[in-house]
Amino acid sequence: MADVTLTVDGKTITAPAGTLLLEACRKVGIEIPAFCYYPGLSLQAACRMCLVRIEKMPKLQTACTTQVTEGMIVATDTDEIHQARKAMLELVLANHPLDCPVCDAGGECELQDMTFKYGAGGSQFVEIKNHREEQQWSPVVFFDRPRCILCYRCVRVCNEGMDVAALGIQQRNSGSVIAPNDQTQLDCEQCGMCIDICPVGALTSDTYRYKTRPWEMTHVGTICTHCGDGCKTTLGVRRSDDGMQIVRGDNRDKSGLNGEFLCVKGRYAFDFANNEERLTQPLVRQPNGEFAPVTWEDAIKIVAQKFRVARDDRGGASIGVIGSTRNTNEEAYLLQKVARSAFGTNNIDHHRTTDYVALTRALAGKKHRMASIADAGSAPAIFVLGNDPTEQHPLLAWNLRTNVRHNSARIYLANHRDIKLQRQAKSSIQIPADGYAAFARFLGGEENSVFGEDAKALRDALRNEPSLLIVFGSELRGSAIDALAEFGLSLPDTKFACLGDYVNSRGAADMGLYPDLLPGYVPIEQEGGLRAEYGGRMSQQAGLDVAQMFEAAARNELAVLYVVGDDPAERLGVDADALRNTFVVVQDMFMTATAKLADVVLPTSNLYEKSGTVTNTFGDLQLVKKAADRAGVRSDLELIVRIADTMGEDVHALVPFGKGVRADMGQSRGVQSGEADRHGIWLAAHNLEPKLSPFDPNAVLDEIQRLVPGYNFDRMELLAGTSQHVDADGSGVMEISRFANRPDGAMPSADTLFTSGTLGHYSEKLNEVETFQAKKSMVAAD
Amino acid sequence: MSLTSIAENPKPGSTIFSPELAARFDKLVTLYPRRRSALIPMLLYAQDEIGYVSDAAIAEIGQRLDITVLDVRNVLTYYSMLRTKPVGKYNVQVCTNISCMLRGGQEILAHCKDRLGIGHKETTPDGLFSLEEVECIGACSWAPAVQVNYDFHEELTPESMDALLDEYRSKASQ
Repeated sequence: MADVTLTVDGKTITAPAGTLLLEACRKVGIEIPAFCYYPGLSLQAACRMCLVRIEKMPKLQTACTTQVTEGMIVATDTDEIHQARKAMLELVLANHPLDCPVCDAGGECELQDMTFKYGAGGSQFVEIKNHREEQQWSPVVFFDRPRCILCYRCVRVCNEGMDVAALGIQQRNSGSVIAPNDQTQLDCEQCGMCIDICPVGALTSDTYRYKTRPWEMTHVGTICTHCGDGCKTTLGVRRSDDGMQIVRGDNRDKSGLNGEFLCVKGRYAFDFANNEERLTQPLVRQPNGEFAPVTWEDAIKIVAQKFRVARDDRGGASIGVIGSTRNTNEEAYLLQKVARSAFGTNNIDHHRTTDYVALTRALAGKKHRMASIADAGSAPAIFVLGNDPTEQHPLLAWNLRTNVRHNSARIYLANHRDIKLQRQAKSSIQIPADGYAAFARFLGGEENSVFGEDAKALRDALRNEPSLLIVFGSELRGSAIDALAEFGLSLPDTKFACLGDYVNSRGAADMGLYPDLLPGYVPIEQEGGLRAEYGGRMSQQAGLDVAQMFEAAARNELAVLYVVGDDPAERLGVDADALRNTFVVVQDMFMTATAKLADVVLPTSNLYEKSGTVTNTFGDLQLVKKAADRAGVRSDLELIVRIADTMGEDVHALVPFGKGVRADMGQSRGVQSGEADRHGIWLAAHNLEPKLSPFDPNAVLDEIQRLVPGYNFDRMELLAGTSQHVDADGSGVMEISRFANRPDGAMPSADTLFTSGTLGHYSEKLNEVETFQAKKSMVAAD
Repeated sequence: MSLTSIAENPKPGSTIFSPELAARFDKLVTLYPRRRSALIPMLLYAQDEIGYVSDAAIAEIGQRLDITVLDVRNVLTYYSMLRTKPVGKYNVQVCTNISCMLRGGQEILAHCKDRLGIGHKETTPDGLFSLEEVECIGACSWAPAVQVNYDFHEELTPESMDALLDEYRSKASQ
């Protein structure tokens, strides 16, 4: 729209017509205070803090609802306005308890800040303040009515942002009260957005309330360890007896690709890290069958020796390696590198939850066809095939809803279930649960009587979209993805995204945790120049996948199974007998089903206790920063390096540290990195090369950037915290005929909003919420 | 995800209202550009029929308007003339706003309290009378005024108030 020129406090400013006066002022640095105004939500004009004087208008106007017009003359900094703000604050404070010293929000409260800045130190009210008791609405949400200033932000974010509408306003006037939808409880998605958006301490979370003060924590923005969307969560950590403890997860740092959003898992399900069942000592199984704690040196020596003997006596193929979908890219990459170059095996796999390989192959050689999760918030049309994003990919669902609300995006759905996103969809059809592959072919033009007129109408609508984002769940795999990609590529402008389940499912796949694929989906037959890097032990024979490894173990063909952060025994229902002749080493936080079958268990740190990078299911690469710390555990990266080192491998060849590579300046070392930061900066300033250690993930990241196709991102931007979209172009994948019928081996986790694989079992809060929700749906079913 | 509105909704087609009122509601929702605009009249008519706005009425109205129970409650609780608990057969609403106050409204209220033995928003044990102190009922010219259900009684004195209550009592016993 055309620009208009107006005058604010004597300054001439220009803004596009239609801009809100408040926004126009903020853009040029004129602050207009407001409680109820929140960018992206509907306008409320409830708090009256943003009153300004506009010439020729009879009364003070709310800047948050006034659009700028040509020649408007505005005053925001006069005695009249100062007085108005002070009076408004006095009214807001009329019933507000002055319990700041115990309030959770004390120290990061907008009302505190405003009162300090705009006055109302005293009050003319003599009446006794209205008091009401606090209420617990759910396992995570508490409400303190007296602190509420009735800005309606929580109501709007729940209605508009979440499309849950669990909060309302009841009564009127000073008796108004925010009310939950299920009498005295919340029947909702428990996302906690209402708590985050509350400008005061009226809505507080059970995990954090009355635990500590904001300034006593260190706040670290890192990546949530749960689903495949990879939201940034800000962890508040505090020194504890055995390290740094996470006390709070929230979205205080809104700089991540998730913007405002965070779901129940990102906000509250960090508590597995504080679980008392955490292992903190290496355990070795004794001749009597019991585990006994040993020193790290002994444990690593035992493991390294077993690995070396197995390799030398029975050959690399007798070693199986299973990686994790929650570890960093650096760990995944290093694990497959150690397996291939040091163990001499291609028996490498991970918990596959979808078929990234098929999509990469289908898009081979085509640049910029993989979507970023940000595209879901801006694409004009999105086709979601399968999956239930509200449950499985909450950020994707948020982006889609926001896109519909702000940009009138068109959403098309095809699913075998009723899913909540139908409410935003322009058109939605139901297809049979086993009909996804047929539907993909139907889109491509293969007529099929299963699909009726509504399906044809949907297909026609998709064909007419000038620009389309296709997002599909793990219902589509293998040749179904080929068919879908073929259809998509026949349209003028299409991007794709494939929905995997865990934070680094995509990273594990990209980093080559496959028996038949190298990093970047390069087929093992082609070795992609890696042999020169990985050395002579590397085999060009495809190895075993997870299921085959257990079969091999049952046949006594697997001498060693090395499981790094995965729980295949629970997933596949493996019994102890199958592994009786296999030496099993498990690196994990907990005594999982797999760990119970192990000979050696090495306690490890989780994603919140390490540094590195992860790649979300859309291919957005993000920096993981170390937030918490737990005495007694080691990172998987460190353990992999130490085991290889003890085996007699050349650590310099494994981790290229100190080779003139770009060094970590302390960004990766977490909250205690002050010393390292200064050291690094001093070195850089004197043109000296900062020294890396073999345990530094940045050394591995250098090699990833150098060797993994698609991982040519902007290093500075990544370190600065901006997500980088990586796009493995799969150019090497094209001509391999075996890919046509390659088994995808995927076992989708079917997690909901309130579960998170094995890790979810150890989050008390998540379990509590799940039980709470289950009770609700039982009542509803009656 | 079970949202409350769905959980509490009665079966489609069944109604807790009389056939006449149900038919009236069917028509009412077609009169406005947006269905939910019919909410306030529906609440009033439901209250007239049932005596108050019951949980079942809230659920059915929500369903008829395609809004959540919470949406209905948000509006319902705003208006003091809408009630969620039963009242007596005769709801005595005494105005004590300025005109009535100047002309003895407070005395009328005190007299009613004394005579009926109940306070503001209370009901006699026999369920005959409820008492309520209300804001202006628009009868200032004839203050002090009292509204009993939908009937207005004006220029009252404690004596005429007594007579009025007796009249209602005998009406009830007929």
